[in-house]
Amino acid sequence: MRLQLSPEDQKFREEMREFFTTQVPERIRNKVLARQELSKEEFVESQQILNAAGLAVPGWPVEWGGQDWSQLQRHIWHEEMQLAGVPQPLPFNAGMVGPVIAAFGSQELKERFLAKTANIDIWWSQGFSEPDAGSDLAGLRTTAIREGDEYIVNGQKTWTTLGQYGDWIFMLVRTDPKAAKKQEGISFLLIDMTTPGVTVRPIELIDGGFEVNEVFFENVRVPAENLVGEENKGWTYAKFLLGNERVGIAQVGASQRHLATAKSIAKERGVLERYAARIVTLENELLALETTALRVAAHSDGGKPHPASSVLKIKGSQLTQAVSELLMDLEGPAALTSHDSRVFLNNRKVSIYGGSNEVQRTIIAGTILGL
Amino acid sequence: MDFTIDSEQLDLVKAVRGLVTKVYDSSETRRAATNTEHGFTAWEQLAEMGVLSLPFEATPAEVSLVAEELGKVIAPDPFVEAVVLAGGLIASVGTEEQQEQYLDAIAEGSVLSVFAWAEPGKAWSTEPGVTFANGRLNGVKAPVIQAERADLLVVSAKTDAGTGLFLVTEGYTAETERTHDGSRAATVTFTDTPAVPLGAGGDESVAIERALNLARIAYGHEALGAMQVALDITVNYLKTRKQFGVTLNKFQALTFRAADMYVALELARSAITWATIVAADEGSTDAEVAAAASHSAIQVARAGRHIALDAIQLHGGIGMTAEYSVGHYASRILAIEQIIGDEAFHNERLAATVGDHDVFDPIG
Ligand SMILES: Cc1cc2nc3c(=O)[nH]c(=O)nc-3n(C[C@H](O)[C@H](O)[C@H](O)COP(=O)(O)OP(=O)(O)OC[C@H]3O[C@@H](n4cnc5c(N)ncnc54)[C@H](O)[C@@H]3O)c2cc1C
Repeated sequence: MRLQLSPEDQKFREEMREFFTTQVPERIRNKVLARQELSKEEFVESQQILNAAGLAVPGWPVEWGGQDWSQLQRHIWHEEMQLAGVPQPLPFNAGMVGPVIAAFGSQELKERFLAKTANIDIWWSQGFSEPDAGSDLAGLRTTAIREGDEYIVNGQKTWTTLGQYGDWIFMLVRTDPKAAKKQEGISFLLIDMTTPGVTVRPIELIDGGFEVNEVFFENVRVPAENLVGEENKGWTYAKFLLGNERVGIAQVGASQRHLATAKSIAKERGVLERYAARIVTLENELLALETTALRVAAHSDGGKPHPASSVLKIKGSQLTQAVSELLMDLEGPAALTSHDSRVFLNNRKVSIYGGSNEVQRTIIAGTILGL
Repeated sequence: MDFTIDSEQLDLVKAVRGLVTKVYDSSETRRAATNTEHGFTAWEQLAEMGVLSLPFEATPAEVSLVAEELGKVIAPDPFVEAVVLAGGLIASVGTEEQQEQYLDAIAEGSVLSVFAWAEPGKAWSTEPGVTFANGRLNGVKAPVIQAERADLLVVSAKTDAGTGLFLVTEGYTAETERTHDGSRAATVTFTDTPAVPLGAGGDESVAIERALNLARIAYGHEALGAMQVALDITVNYLKTRKQFGVTLNKFQALTFRAADMYVALELARSAITWATIVAADEGSTDAEVAAAASHSAIQVARAGRHIALDAIQLHGGIGMTAEYSVGHYASRILAIEQIIGDEAFHNERLAATVGDHDVFDPIG
């Protein structure tokens, strides 16, 4: 057992801190720290700065731009990035499709997509959920029928986050409707969103924002070479992706940063005493969350998330919500018109997506407790 | 930051586990032990194994690992109370002569010492009402765990110099009661009781605070061990108990509660272990150890109650019986919280300085 970082890790942390706070423009970081939405250009600008320094996709294989870091260093990278208000590399690119292509894609797909994905020259969208396939994702119905060296895609995806910016979309599609189990007939397909027959329609959310979309596919012709891995093996790749997604949702550093902001607001307004107990409770829970993240990271070998990563998803989402609740409450009646109320409402999503917290409980009860 | 334990520590864990799971091989033997005169039966064997010398020879990491094993079988032996806390005070404050006189004896199990600090109506306050003057103590301490069995009391008392520590071996009365977790606690009354200062006789508030905090962290692990087993027992029960023609694990309302208990347990494990790492780090200040102890105690209070009480609920009626284990686990977890301080107390301690730092960073 050891508390102190080793001198190398200490140095690593300082380098990260130095980079994030000096190389990524303050105007972007201040927007993140003020919990404001970023434009597409700001996301791209920030990620390209990171990527040029090899800091956008450290978890990828080294030959595709990853870093040979320890799990602890990866944790430090993630934490320092959030503490500095640096936007996370786009999860769809860095955390989802990139690792899937790197792990399961052909050499040709890797060469075609990975560098552009890391550098966000391609903005990816995630086309998994459908109107009738949410938690029960394997019930998806969008079809891809092979015709020569093309797939013909028909169906609808929904909840597609930032699909309005999407250049490409990675999809789960049904390639074998007759498979014995519904999980068996699914494939992982990459689709250029400018292909004829793809239509994106925005959905307004409770905070008044437009971050999600419906995406319709009508006889969309997709080259068969855009299939990742093997046909009908898509569910395996999807599970790999969802495991990674789960880990990414616990935004420990961001919650710590926003809690510190809440504290300084409380001080400024002379109400620190009134909220102190709540702040202590949150600091206590964030402490438990961060130390759990460290324990889980230390035991995630071979790129497979530790089963306890569901703990991180559940608690991480709850604390994101609790901190934004505190920021809203601190506004008092001004919350009626405050941005913080909208952020609070928007954050209801974090316990719904990435495998809802109920789905995570199912995973814990089943895979960990054997119930 | 590194949570792994080394092979020597692992050997220690295995040895202690081997011993205590033999002495307390079932909930019934443990219950029978609590019904003996003083309520515990593993003490001599713990002494023989060298466990009672650990707080003087090893680091808080080893102490915590042992405490966790004791917690898993809810051993009623007062390891943290007598050795970590009272022994720890003698080791940190005592004169060379006092250390020579007592530490080996404590480690061998021939002297049981306890720290009398709590006073009626002054929950977890370390400001004593008991006074010391002219070589005599006056006042009341309660509850004092295992005071009746103790050969030596370490007593905190008000003096002209502040809060002092005193050693007492006779000349007091102890009115003993059984605690809800099967231990013993007494109301100890001092009436012109002869006492000698522990150490130089000055103000020892800093040493007291530090000793209590280290004990709180060790107790945290005892609670953690108990929480872990309370959950294990409950999970097992859900897999075997049948109602409506199926085992209870077919009911998602129940498995989800078990999942939430697991979430609470794992988060508590991280925070409590982190507190031990802080305590074991030589660079940590007293204030840092105090904060770590409070964070650990808050986890004990919150996760402890959550797990302990749901463990009973998920068992239904059987969970209420003295013959079944789970209620004893709940009782012990609750008792530890009552000893080390509840959520409100530790929250208040941390709230006093919460405005002084920006982001709370657990990594050194
Ligand atoms: C803001 C936002 C952004 C999103 N972005 C994307 C995206 O970019 N790409 C994408 O593919 N998807 C995205 N999603 C979709 C998200 O993954 C789904 O919303 C999620 O999987 C839940 O599915 P559902 O909404 O159909 O709810 P349902 O599955 O219908 O669930 C309804 C309720 O029932 C519970 N429930 C369901 N099944 C069970 C069960 N077996 N046991 C107990 N409880 C159960 C759920 O937890 C939930 O509380 C996004 C969602 C939101 C809200």
